[in-house]
Order: sequence, then C-alpha cells, then structure tokens
Amino acid sequence: MSKTYRSAGDALAGLLRDGMTIAAGGFGLCGIPEHCIAAIQSSGVTGLTLVSNNAGVDGFGLGRLMEKGQIRKMVSSYVGENKLFAELFLAGKLEVEFTPQGTLAERMRAGGAGIAGFYTRTGVGTLAEQGKEVREFDGHKYLLERGITCDLAIVKAWKGDEEGNLIYRKTARNFNPLAAMCGKITVAEVEQLLPIGKIDPDAVGTPGIFVHRIFQGDHFEKRIEQRTIRKVA
Amino acid sequence: MPWTREQMAERAAKELQEGFYINLGIGIPTLVANYIPPGMRIVLHSENGMLGIGPFPTENEVDPDLINAGKQTVTELPYSSYFDSATSFAMIRGGHIDLAILGAMQVSQDGDIANWMVPGKMIKGMGGAMDLVAGAKRVLVLMEHTAKNEAKLVKKCTLPLTGEKVVNKIITDLAEFEFRDDGLTLTALAPGVTESGVRQRTEAHYRITAGIS
Repeated sequence: MSKTYRSAGDALAGLLRDGMTIAAGGFGLCGIPEHCIAAIQSSGVTGLTLVSNNAGVDGFGLGRLMEKGQIRKMVSSYVGENKLFAELFLAGKLEVEFTPQGTLAERMRAGGAGIAGFYTRTGVGTLAEQGKEVREFDGHKYLLERGITCDLAIVKAWKGDEEGNLIYRKTARNFNPLAAMCGKITVAEVEQLLPIGKIDPDAVGTPGIFVHRIFQGDHFEKRIEQRTIRKVA
Repeated sequence: MPWTREQMAERAAKELQEGFYINLGIGIPTLVANYIPPGMRIVLHSENGMLGIGPFPTENEVDPDLINAGKQTVTELPYSSYFDSATSFAMIRGGHIDLAILGAMQVSQDGDIANWMVPGKMIKGMGGAMDLVAGAKRVLVLMEHTAKNEAKLVKKCTLPLTGEKVVNKIITDLAEFEFRDDGLTLTALAPGVTESGVRQRTEAHYRITAGIS
C-alpha cells in the first residue's frame, strides 16, 4: 500500500473527526506543517486538542484553527504571539495545559516509545507540580510526567521518500521527530518527495516506520517571526 | 552610578570559562554574547535545537529554517550542530549545560526564581525556563534591582515560581550577590552605590563579603 498522497487534503481524508487529539511539529512558525494546518482549517473539524509547543500567530500556523474556534484545548509551553489566542483564552473558550518545553518534548517522545511516564526535576515546587506525584531519588525531588500519544500527528520535513523516511533541515527539526513518534497515524509534508533510493539512509531523521502518509507541499510560505539582520560594515 | 545593561552583561561574561556550553535568555542575557573574551571557546545553546549559534544573518543569508529560541533569524558556525527538542532538553535536564543566564521578575533569599507568570495578566507560558533553572549546572540571573521601586530580591517570591532553590548568582544594576552555603551574600557594588542604598532597595536578608561598605 502506497504511503504517498497528492496533497494535504488527500492525505488527511478519512482521518479527521471532531474532538480528536493532534500533535503538531514546529517551534514558533519554524518547521510547522503549514499545508496540513490549512487542510484541517478547511475541513471544519472542531473540538480539537492540539499538542504543540506554540500556537502560531494571528492568521498563520495554528492561529488559523482559532479563527473559527476549532481548537478546544492546547497543550503547549509558550503561546505568547497570538492576539486571538489571548481573547479566546481570557473568554474561557480555549483551555491551555501549560507544560515546560523539555517536559513536553519528552512526553511526546515517551508516548511514542511506549513509556507511560518518567520522573523529572523540571517544575518541582512550581504550579507544574500540581496534581502530580512527587518522588525523591538520590536526595532530589522529581515529578512524574506522563507520556503523550495522539490520534493524529502532523509534521513537516525538508525531504522525504516514498517509504516515509524524513530528513530535516537546520532548526526546522525541533518537535517534528517527536510529534511523528507520538501519533497513532502520522502525516508528513515535505518540500521534496523523492523516489526510494534517493535519500541517504544515514541522513534520515525520522525513519519511515513512524510515517503513515506523506505528500509534497506545492509552496511553503515559511513565514519568519523575528527577521533580524546584521549590519555589514 | 548603577551599571548599565551592557556593563551587567560584561560582568556576567566573567563567569565564562574555556569550553563552556551556555544558554542565554532573552533581554540583557543575550548581550553577554558580545563580551565573550577573544580566543575563549564558548558554545551557545539554543533550546529549539542548535549548538553553536552564529551572528545574525546578512540580508542574503536569512533562512527561515534557522532561528534561535527568541525566534530571531541566526546563522551557523563551522562547529554548529542541530537536533530535536527532546535531545536539546536532554542537554539541559541532563546537566550538560554549564551555565544558564536569564532574567527574573523576583528572586528570593533561598534562591527561588519567578520569571514566567503574573497572576491576572495574560499567561504566555514558561517555555523552557523551568527546564533551564532545574537542569543547568549553574544559574545566573541578570535583572534590574527594583521594578517600579519594588524590591525584586525578596524574602519569599509572591509570584508563581519557575524553580525552587536553583539560583547561584545575581547581577543587578546596583550589585552582585552569590548564593553560598551560609546564604545570600553581597559580593560587589556598582561604582558610587552604597551598601545602605542597596539595603533600602532589597527585601531579602543577605550577608556581606568582607571589604564591602
């Protein structure tokens, strides 16, 4: 059975339903699966829980899914870049589970690796401790954090092949390999979809076993949040 | 004369040692990169998945796939490496980062730090701050000594904590403090700043190193 699809809408067909949990790769707007997000917006699916480090900006990234209130809950570490998000949050229309960034990454990795939970020192003595088991190891307190698995994961890579092997580029890697692991079904969008044999096996960042559907995006906007330039003397 | 932001960053750079892997927070901590002693090998870590952060790009070098944790465009260096977020935080949580330099809203006399949330205001989230303060080998705070004339160096933080008993050193615009075995200790004063002036602006109890007045 082929893993390759023609478009985001094609790849996501039959996978979306109201109330589902979706993991999304990306840090800020860097390395986000922008085509899958657009297709989820078009589908009109609602009541979603999104597991993603950030929540996009107004009009781009996951911000697009807030325009019609498609997201019920975010599991994120930092969501500061989005006015619509703030409005929905303050109006009680959007729930947020704040998770420290490293804890979030590890929870996704653990969920994908069949690890139910792990202990970390991050968040001890803070609000992140609430409702969690605290256990002492070697004289230090640790919190029990649970692994995360999601109904669906959407990820973005630079190159991919028909087997679903993915190669990432620079800091656009970020949460993508972890999101890919924690999805029961993972859909990958790539800038270049290559035939079998055209990817160096040594360069693979996410092995195809984690990727169920793959397509090549026709144009990536790759918006930059903080374009910072050095003056050349 | 209180220290300027640049002078605070310059003093913070004295903490650096050959071969250190460091993480710099947003704001004054970012300026520390400008004061790395020439010839010293220091590797900057960016929690979104990069070691060896290079300078900001020229117009032609801008790459949307290459940003720092502040989401600014950056460049790579010959020794840079990229990795996923779980590996990045394994470096932090596993104690591989030698020094984290970050800002704070409050620090307590026990070394607690609050820098992520003000109740009643829009909450943006803790990002990687809780991981950094819990995991880095050494935590240095750079902050203004007061905010709107309120002491930021307090007996007990009133704001929600980022970490408990995690701060090793503080540099403010007025003075430097270290957390030693016998407690918070004033170790240096900015030029023209008196100990009594610092005391008036500090709620925390602290000791004084010999030779400071």
